[in-house]
Amino acid sequence: MARVAMRSLNKNYDEVRAVIDVNLDIKDQEFVVLVGPSGCGKTTTLRMVAGLESITSGHISIDEKIVNELPPMDRDIAMVFQNYALYPHMSVYDNMAFGLKMRKFDKPEIAKRVQEAAEILGIEQLLHRKPRQLSGGQRQRVALGRAIVRHPQVFLFDEPLSNLDAKLRVQMRVELKKLHERLGTTAIYVTHDQVEAMTLGDRVVVMKDGLVQQVGDPMELYNEPANRFVAGFIGSPAMNFLNVRLSGENGSLWAESDGMKIKVPAPLAGGLGSHAGKDVTFGIRPEDLRIAGDGDDTDLTFPATVEVVERLGSEILLDVAVGRGTMVASVEPTATAKVHEGLHLAVNPNRVHFFDNDTEAAI
Amino acid sequence: MIEGAHWRRWVFFYVPVTGFVVALLFPFYWMVITTIRPDRELYRPWNSVNYNPFWTWAPTLEHIRDLLTTTLFSTWMLNTMIISLAATAISLFCGLLAGYALSRLKFPFAGSIGTGIFITYLVPQTLLFIPLSDIIRNFRLGDSPWALILTYPTFLIPFCTWLLMGYFKSIPKELEECARIDGAPRWKAMLYIIFPVAIPGILSAGIFAFTLSWNEFIYALVFLSSPEQKTVPVGVTSELVRGDVFFWGELMAGALLGSIPVAFVYSFFVEYYVSGITGSVKG
Repeated sequence: MARVAMRSLNKNYDEVRAVIDVNLDIKDQEFVVLVGPSGCGKTTTLRMVAGLESITSGHISIDEKIVNELPPMDRDIAMVFQNYALYPHMSVYDNMAFGLKMRKFDKPEIAKRVQEAAEILGIEQLLHRKPRQLSGGQRQRVALGRAIVRHPQVFLFDEPLSNLDAKLRVQMRVELKKLHERLGTTAIYVTHDQVEAMTLGDRVVVMKDGLVQQVGDPMELYNEPANRFVAGFIGSPAMNFLNVRLSGENGSLWAESDGMKIKVPAPLAGGLGSHAGKDVTFGIRPEDLRIAGDGDDTDLTFPATVEVVERLGSEILLDVAVGRGTMVASVEPTATAKVHEGLHLAVNPNRVHFFDNDTEAAI
Repeated sequence: MIEGAHWRRWVFFYVPVTGFVVALLFPFYWMVITTIRPDRELYRPWNSVNYNPFWTWAPTLEHIRDLLTTTLFSTWMLNTMIISLAATAISLFCGLLAGYALSRLKFPFAGSIGTGIFITYLVPQTLLFIPLSDIIRNFRLGDSPWALILTYPTFLIPFCTWLLMGYFKSIPKELEECARIDGAPRWKAMLYIIFPVAIPGILSAGIFAFTLSWNEFIYALVFLSSPEQKTVPVGVTSELVRGDVFFWGELMAGALLGSIPVAFVYSFFVEYYVSGITGSVKG
């Protein structure tokens, strides 16, 4: 168990800057998820921690020791790969024992540890099979088993669930979470799936184009996204964005676009004052919109036309046209909205976001 | 509809397959029938009364006996075996290391070195034997098995390197990365993980190299001169064709016996061989 620290970490491939100035402190026993679209540098970062990729500049330390020049085997880490990377010519037992054999553990100790890991993962009856005789979920467990028998200081996961079908993925996600609670080993987990990131991570690191966009616990990312990218990436369905012009009127600030005009809630108005007269991006999550009733403050509602009704059972997603733009609203399952119907939507004033159009940063 | 499918299957599958099988196996049949046919039938004019080239009613083993007793055939077999095995072993060893390095290690000019090796394979042996014979003479290796053991790798190593390089590329690199994280230095990852997984590829390279060495003709003809040093292909053709006299029975017996080891090797490893050529590694 150990802390992992990255300082001004950079990775260049010829002209391409894959990872740019990453600074990250991972606490002992913490489960940190790196998330972002493909090509954002998350896997490269993980591979640098593993020692599979050289570091262009900056340094990585594990348990207060700088590991830049250490080969993977001396970093005391274990890694689970997306394609599992099980050794196809070895039985499950030998797959799990390989790392221990390489480290010259004696036989009884190896047998004990493999047995222990197999029990944790419920694969005792598979120990004599070859990887090709296993299902996807079983292979995943063996890959996990191979990582945990060594009792490493840090677990590294490279999209371990993305080869599983949707149902199994949810199940393994829960098991991973339990496993981490039981073992308490520091873990770095890479995924492109924001749901996995939100459910697994103690803290989540959102990356894009090699840059860290925001680091925080899942609810922090959800409630206070640092910029437009994080706001759009975290949460499903994604946040609605609309270009609006801010203008001062009757002593308060208004956000106005074609077909919509709402009053900027007082707590936000202070920070936004300097943007009066400029265009900014207005953001609101689908779940923070609802169908307005008679009692609603008309300063916080706007008209919309329903284009598509998606009934998901627990909620209804309304795709609506607002002026020339479109938005998605998540409304009560009892709502009776029909296609082509006009209605008014009310925003939750505490949950609106504004982003600078140039820097995309939250205002 | 079923009738139609039946009919199609005969026309487009069974008939062509039968044609291919007959065309491919006929030379072997001819070899066998010529071996066991007595001389009086072999040298009978084609327009004689009971001329029957495809069958014999008086099979005999005398050609095989003659081959084994009056010629050095068993010595040739032994020579060929030793030379082929040694050349294959050398080539496989070098091919394994070179193929691994070219497919896995990042070093300057890896791509051009790979292409360069391939180009050496394209130089025809009929051209290469001229400078090689000079080298063989300078090293005083002429008329010894070493002349072939050391020259066969000139075309076997490029061949093995290319086949194995392609095979190694089909093995996911994560296997090796995982082994290195698990605590294996690169050579152990190679030995315990990559090579066992590559066995189909290694076997096909070995079988091919062995067959190429076994059947090689021109180097063996040029570099070896005394009868007791010769290999099967050269020995049979040079010792059993005297002037314009062809000892057809013995020639075919030699060809038949000489092809047995190769046929044996192929049939034994055919499954590995196919998966080695198609290059499939399943996790």
